[in-house]
Amino acid sequence: MTSRPELQAPPEIFYNDGEARKYTSSSRIIEIQAKLSERALELLALPSDDVPKILLDIGCGSGLSGETLTDNGHQWIGLDISQSMLDVALEREVEGDLVLSDMGQGLGLRPGVIDGAISISAVQWLCNADKSSHEPRIRLKAFFGSLYRCLARGARAVLQVYPENLAQRELILGFAMRAGFSGGVVVDYPHSTKSRKEYLVLTCGPPSLSSAAPRGKGEDGESWSDEDSSVDEDNQSICVSDRHRPRKKQKLNKKMKGREWVLRKKEQMRRKGNAVPTDTKYTARKRKARF
Amino acid sequence: MLSSNIKGVANGFPLLIEVEKVVEKQVDFNEDFLRNLFVKIEWKALVEASRTIGYTELPENAESSMLDSDEFLRKFHHALVELHLEEGALVCPESGRKFPVNKGIPNMLLHEDEV
Repeated sequence: MTSRPELQAPPEIFYNDGEARKYTSSSRIIEIQAKLSERALELLALPSDDVPKILLDIGCGSGLSGETLTDNGHQWIGLDISQSMLDVALEREVEGDLVLSDMGQGLGLRPGVIDGAISISAVQWLCNADKSSHEPRIRLKAFFGSLYRCLARGARAVLQVYPENLAQRELILGFAMRAGFSGGVVVDYPHSTKSRKEYLVLTCGPPSLSSAAPRGKGEDGESWSDEDSSVDEDNQSICVSDRHRPRKKQKLNKKMKGREWVLRKKEQMRRKGNAVPTDTKYTARKRKARF
Repeated sequence: MLSSNIKGVANGFPLLIEVEKVVEKQVDFNEDFLRNLFVKIEWKALVEASRTIGYTELPENAESSMLDSDEFLRKFHHALVELHLEEGALVCPESGRKFPVNKGIPNMLLHEDEV
């Protein structure tokens, strides 16, 4: 895919003045970012006691995601590597405190002060070596290590990522686990290529009941269209990190489609005007084991 | 809240402040937020930081019992969230490395040899 910005240039160069302005003035991107950060905040599962929390927005860019945090009454600190993006954020007068920093060099925050962290479409940048001194593994390690340190015990970090491939996702997840996080990947709309979104939901400390991965949206494959945002809670299911996924799951999905399905298809074909055999008691009947 | 993370620096906190310009912003006062934050703050560092940017009304020592007084909370709030360093620099207490602050944004980028 050439449309991936990570492959074109390093972030501090790719998001130059023009690109930063373009990014922030596109209503489509604003909407997506708002939706993503809304969802990330939901996955953070902060206690609902109306006390403002200090959140971290890693790769805050022009503060689009931070606006959602402000709307929900939280204080936030935004980190980004692109000066141009932060300039735009200043112009838009966002509420959060902005810091120009590179997440691959570690976050540089005091231990235990942050109540939660979100990151929208940023962590996959770490997997690229943009300078000769960059080594993705070391940068990922530094990032997750410092993230773990600055989060309070039991705090969550929700990182929305676009991994390029399976190996990259494994790599990111592996380093998160090594840093001491527990948690897994939550996939929203896994059947859609376009609106598929992956969230790493990480919890500081050992696994517990409260750190079980929340459910992804639209995993039943019915309501994954972009317009359909009214997915109810029942339509969600769990997607655990890859190494815990039961092997048998795939087999179950390949189950036969059944008589009902065949009848429906035949009806469809009839409506199209195709020649379709009449429905009898033999239609879609199961064969005997010794055929 | 920031600390320096240059390699080999064991205690990069607190960062010293070099002031060129400080602005005051009005921020809504929220008691619960301050109470929660109080335990996480290193009080000495905050007092020192607010002194360098010219706000001297914070008491030298603070205890959690003081959180009940409204006057104390107001001062705490003012020092913590309403005072912003607009132009200047943050200086690492150990290595002396300067992180410039422009338009309120500290530049914490490190050079390649410092990672």
